[in-house]
Amino acid sequence: MTTTYVLRGARPLGGDAADVVLADGVISQIAAPGTVDVPGGAEVVEIAAEGHVLLPGLVDLHTHLREPGREDAETVASGTRAAAAGGFTAVHAMANTSPVADTAGVVEQVWRLGQEAGWVDVHPVGAVTVGLGGERLAELGAMADSAARVRVFSDDGKCVHDPILMRRALEYVKAFDGVVAQHAQEPRLTEGAQMNEGVVSAEIGLAGWPAVAEEAIIARDVLLAEHVGSRLHVCHLSTAGSVEIVRWAKGRGIDVTAEVTPHHLILTDELARTYDPTYKVNPPLRTAADVEAVREGLADGTIDIVATDHAPHTREDKDCEWGAAAFGMTGLETALSVVQQTMVDTGRLTWADVARVLSANPARIGRIDAGPAAQGRPVAVGEPANLTLVDPAATRAVDGAAQATASGNTPFAGRDLPGRVVATFLRGRATVLDGAPVGPAADTRRLAARGGAR
Amino acid sequence: MRHLLSTADLAKDEAIELLDTAAQMAATQSREIKKLPTLRGRTVVNLFFEDSTRTRISFETAAKRLSADVINFSAKGSSVSKGESLKDTALTLHAMGADAVVVRHWASGAPYQLAHAGWLDAAVLNAGDGTHMHPTQALLDAYTIRRHLGGHGGGLRRGGDDGVGADLAGLRVAIVGDVLHSRVARANVRLLRTLGAEVTLVAPPTLLPVGVEAWPCRTSYDLDATLADWQPDAVMMLRVQRERMSGGAGAFFPSPLEYTRYFGLDARRLAVLPAHSIVMHPGPMNRGLEISAEAADSDRAVIVEQVANGVAVRMAALYLLLSGSTEGTTL
Repeated sequence: MTTTYVLRGARPLGGDAADVVLADGVISQIAAPGTVDVPGGAEVVEIAAEGHVLLPGLVDLHTHLREPGREDAETVASGTRAAAAGGFTAVHAMANTSPVADTAGVVEQVWRLGQEAGWVDVHPVGAVTVGLGGERLAELGAMADSAARVRVFSDDGKCVHDPILMRRALEYVKAFDGVVAQHAQEPRLTEGAQMNEGVVSAEIGLAGWPAVAEEAIIARDVLLAEHVGSRLHVCHLSTAGSVEIVRWAKGRGIDVTAEVTPHHLILTDELARTYDPTYKVNPPLRTAADVEAVREGLADGTIDIVATDHAPHTREDKDCEWGAAAFGMTGLETALSVVQQTMVDTGRLTWADVARVLSANPARIGRIDAGPAAQGRPVAVGEPANLTLVDPAATRAVDGAAQATASGNTPFAGRDLPGRVVATFLRGRATVLDGAPVGPAADTRRLAARGGAR
Repeated sequence: MRHLLSTADLAKDEAIELLDTAAQMAATQSREIKKLPTLRGRTVVNLFFEDSTRTRISFETAAKRLSADVINFSAKGSSVSKGESLKDTALTLHAMGADAVVVRHWASGAPYQLAHAGWLDAAVLNAGDGTHMHPTQALLDAYTIRRHLGGHGGGLRRGGDDGVGADLAGLRVAIVGDVLHSRVARANVRLLRTLGAEVTLVAPPTLLPVGVEAWPCRTSYDLDATLADWQPDAVMMLRVQRERMSGGAGAFFPSPLEYTRYFGLDARRLAVLPAHSIVMHPGPMNRGLEISAEAADSDRAVIVEQVANGVAVRMAALYLLLSGSTEGTTL
């Protein structure tokens, strides 16, 4: 018997208040407050949701879960728990693990770990090239055909910089409707690079990562995608020039989609002046003009999605010299708040737009928007009950140590951010209630079915 | 002054106090007994993550002349080369009771982290970090310029002996060479501006950083024009590192010969300078590359004196950091 949830007075996509009933894994009723039929006999939990915004469960196209290999930084279990806490119901796990997710075996391992954890749907991303080496294609077909049904391929962390290899990858994945998600970074222009190249890097003496190193690859790749008629996804676009190139490409009809991270929507390279490696990330934090450009691009649809690039790192990989520190920052538990602060509270996106950029679009790009585990669906009767309930009026101070992620490298520690995820539902089961992750009963059920714990 | 991390942090009166204190220190160094009791019982650690025998010896000499106990902690042959982190090194020095830590590091910002991460409560002196800052080098350069050129700048107010009390207003300083990778250039641009001097950076465009337009100085790609038309009072030649030269990932200029042709200081270019001008170099020099032997050995060159002034300036920095102000003190 599953629990039936009645969300009283919630505002689907920020619209008019309604009572929403979740039963048997789907949205069974949406009606004016006080008019729903609450089924008798079932276990029913009522949630006072007056004023809260109801969104489809968030979908992250870009998460680093670090398992296998760096379980000291994050595991599939800890990372997906953090995802649920942040309002996500599905994440795409990047391939730069150890071993690299470049075979059917590794992607199935990650997929299975996700199933066992039960917090969100885990969709492994497959590496484009063997070992992220940039030299020969990994067995993309085998990963696509595996139990993990991989559709997104990326060497993220490294750029598929060889143009002929990129062309072949773009062509090859058409056979199974896959997409190549490019980490756009010209390697020769960024050797030893530590931060955005500009006024701040010149002054503080850290080696520069020029905008052109990102823009040159995006320009090349959209032209390649046009030439071979493939779709291309651009990871973590970060510069004003990149927005312009993608805008031009879309205007030309090229099948390109683009993502921006929450941190590139709000933080700038001025933070490098602290030499605090928490702010060291790849691509680097850019200028205020770039932040404005990516906000504009997200508002006008040039940028399709927000993806976290959640990149947990152990304390020892960050408690050191800037030049020796790892690139990356966590983001699953702050993404929605940053989008609210930068885009909703400023009037540039509606909550319906938020549902588009954080759920529907990433699900469509990852081709997980149909089938029995469909994500990114409308908030409508009969749809799977993958939902996130947000209190937009709440404010919270971010505390790195209190987060669900196993790593503390959030750049927002000590900041007040708006909005709080009150509840998350994965196919009708609550993974978060009252803002706290709820231990997945699925785990126990599955383990019990197997005859005990491992 | 709690730490000495960057010349960008120094107010004009602080910078002048440092230079004036250095002059007092220098005066004591002509005595038969050079050692002062000022820092007796205090511990100064020279923490060097990057080889620099000259700078380390200069700091060591300065600390010893002030009677401090000096501990040299070099990355080579220590636990640092076995992977001990900056943090653990700092905690170790803290536990041992270091009063001041003089740090040279390959990573820009490492001294800033030592001063601000809460690992250590000692005074931190930046002895050169990555491509960021080298404040005592800039101070000794300013000290040297003031000693020689007091009275030459239009607005320079006349100080006492060796320019004590004076700033550098109206003086023109050309800094020539690899600005992109130079902590000496960054430190000097800030300090010279604070002291009122005008600075022109002269380099091939490849060796000027993107973003240099925000610096408080002018830039030029033409050394001959700068020397002939701008008539600098001081010319500071920067060392060109061999690995930055030509070919491979470097390729900042086509060949050493071409670099020397356009940016080397030789006797011909020396002759274009005003009679009172001085030639400087932070050392070590590449004779025949950025500076010819005639220029390096000419009577305009103050390069050896820069080294001597380095000891006095570092004595002043240690003294001010560890003893507070100079008021009411007799050296």
